[in-house]
Amino acid sequence: MEDKDMRNIYSDTLCELASQNEDIIVLDADLSGANGISEFGKKFPERLINVGVAEANMVGIASGLSAGGMIPFASSFACFAARRAFDQFFISSNYAKCKINLVGTDPGISALYNGGTHMAFEDIGLMRSVPEMIVFEPSDIVSLKALVKEAAEVPVSTYMRLHRKGTNRLYDESEKFEFGKGKVLADGSDIAIFATGFILVKEALEAAAYLEKHGISAAVIDMMTVKPIDEELVLKYAEKTGAVLTCENHQVSTGMGSAVAALLSEKFPVPVCLHGVKDQFGEVGDLEYLKQRFGFNSVKIIELAQKLLLRKKTA
Amino acid sequence: MVEMEAVELEQLREKAKKIRLLTIEAIGNLGVGHVGGSMSIIEVLTVLYYSQMNVDPGNPGMPGRDKLVLSKGHAGPALYATLAEKGFFPVEWLETLNQGGTNLPSHCDKNRTPGIDMTTGSLGQGLSAAVGIALADRLKKHDNYIFCIVGDGESEEGQVWEAAMAAAHYGVGKLIAFTDYNKMNIDGYTRDIMNLDDLGAKWSAFNWHVQRVNGHEMAEINEAVERAKKITERPSMIILDTIKGKGCSFAEGKLGSHNMPVSQQQKNEAIAALNQEVSSGR
Repeated sequence: MEDKDMRNIYSDTLCELASQNEDIIVLDADLSGANGISEFGKKFPERLINVGVAEANMVGIASGLSAGGMIPFASSFACFAARRAFDQFFISSNYAKCKINLVGTDPGISALYNGGTHMAFEDIGLMRSVPEMIVFEPSDIVSLKALVKEAAEVPVSTYMRLHRKGTNRLYDESEKFEFGKGKVLADGSDIAIFATGFILVKEALEAAAYLEKHGISAAVIDMMTVKPIDEELVLKYAEKTGAVLTCENHQVSTGMGSAVAALLSEKFPVPVCLHGVKDQFGEVGDLEYLKQRFGFNSVKIIELAQKLLLRKKTA
Repeated sequence: MVEMEAVELEQLREKAKKIRLLTIEAIGNLGVGHVGGSMSIIEVLTVLYYSQMNVDPGNPGMPGRDKLVLSKGHAGPALYATLAEKGFFPVEWLETLNQGGTNLPSHCDKNRTPGIDMTTGSLGQGLSAAVGIALADRLKKHDNYIFCIVGDGESEEGQVWEAAMAAAHYGVGKLIAFTDYNKMNIDGYTRDIMNLDDLGAKWSAFNWHVQRVNGHEMAEINEAVERAKKITERPSMIILDTIKGKGCSFAEGKLGSHNMPVSQQQKNEAIAALNQEVSSGR
C-alpha cells in the first residue's frame, strides 16, 4: 500500500470493497472532495450520493438505504456528522437497526483553520452514548484500511473518526485488527499510556521513547476502538504498571479516557491521569499552535507521565 | 385514469370502517393515545393496503414489495389496525397496544411489528428514509413503489424539505408521498402555530408532482395514486385534506385530539356510532 493521505486510503478501501460487493454505497454532504471520496465517485458514480449541505438528510437517506439492503458509508466533518445529525443517527439508524457506517472527519484540533465552530471535541462522547454501536479512531493508514473493511462486515452501526489529511504508518501490513481490541505499540512496566488517534498515538510513542532514555518504562497502547473498550487490555496494563495515562484529542469527560477511568474505578483502581480537552471549546490556529494550546504533544505527555509516577509512588 | 368500481369502493368503505373501529377500540382499551392523527389517515391506509400496495401478509419481508414509511409514526395504531385486518398478525395483538412487551408500540418500529417497513417517531425523519429505501430498490432494480405519509405539523421540520429536495434531485419517481393535512398541530391550529401557507405550491416549487384531494374520499385518493404512478421522472405528493379525529365522535375536528385520554364511555359511544354506520350502510 502506497503512503497516501488518510482520506485517500479511506476512498481506496471503499473502492476495493465496492468492487467486491455491489451493496456498498457512499454518501457525503458536499464534502466529497475534502473527504477524499470524489475518487470513489469517479469509479462508482451510481454509488456515490451527494446530498448537498444536509447532514441530517444524509443520515436519514443512509438509514433508508440500509433498510433497503445496502451497506452505506456516510461522511462529513465530525462536527456535522456527529452533532448535527445525532437524532437521525440515533433513531433512523440505530434504534431502527438500520446499520450505517458514519464517518466524522477533521476530529478535534485537526479542524485547524476552520476553528471552534468545526472543532469536534464531543463526537466520541455523543457516539459512545448510542447503544449497541462501535466507535473507533484509526491512528494510521494500515489500521484505517483494515478497520474500514471490518466496519462493512459488522452487523451494527459504526462511527469512525477520520483524520483526513496527512499520512502515518505505525503497523506492518500483515497486522490483524479487530474492533474492541487495542494494540500494544511499545511495552513497558512503569506506566501505561493509552492513546487514540492520528496525532496522539504518535506523540505518546515519542514521549515513551524519551521516558525510556530517562529510566522510565512506559507502555503505549493504541486504543483504536473506544467502544467497546478493550477491558482485558486495560486491566492487564493497569495491573502490570499501576499507573494509567490516557491521551485523546477530545473532551476527557466523555471520551476514551472516561471509558478507561470508569472501567478501572470499578475493577482495578490505580492512579489515573486523563489528558485531553477539559470543558473547553476549540479555536482556530495551525496544528503546532493547537497542539501547544491543548498540550497534544510529547512534551506535555512526558510532564503528565512524570507527575503521575509521583502519585503512583505515594499512592 | 382508473376509476374505481362502485362495488370495490363499497368494499373499501367497509374495510375503512372496520379499521377505524379496530383503531379506536385499541386506543380506547388502553385509555389514552394518538386518536386524532390516527383517525385522519384511515382512508389512505385502506386504499394503500386494499387497492394499491403489492404486499404479502404471509411474507412481510417479500423482496420487491411496495413499502410504506409512516413518517408521522405516532399514528401507529391506525397502521396496526390496517395490518392486523390485512392478516400480517392476529387481530388480538391490538389489545396489547403500548403494554409492556408488546409488538405494537405507540410509534412504528420495524423490528417489532410484521409489515412495518421503517421505524419512525422522531418527526421529520421518515421522508429521508423513504428516499433512501427508494434509491436502494432502484439500485436493486425492483419495480416497486415507496409510499410515505407525512404529517402537516411534521412538515414544519426542516429535514422534510431536505428530503424533498433530494428526492427531486435524484428523480425518485417511484416515491409517492402524502401529507395528512388535518390542519392541526398539538398546540393548536397549524395556521396559528406555524402557517404552512400554500403547501401545494411549496411541493411544486421543490419540483414534485402535486395533487390535492379529499383525504376521506377513497375513490379520489385511489385516482390520485393512479395518476402519481404515471409520473416516472419525479416524486409525487398527494395532499390529503383530512379532519383530525375523523369518524370518532369525541375527537373529530377537535383541538387536543393529538394524544388524548379516552374514557370507556367515549370509546363505547364512538364504537356504537361507527357500528350504526356499518349496519346502515353509511
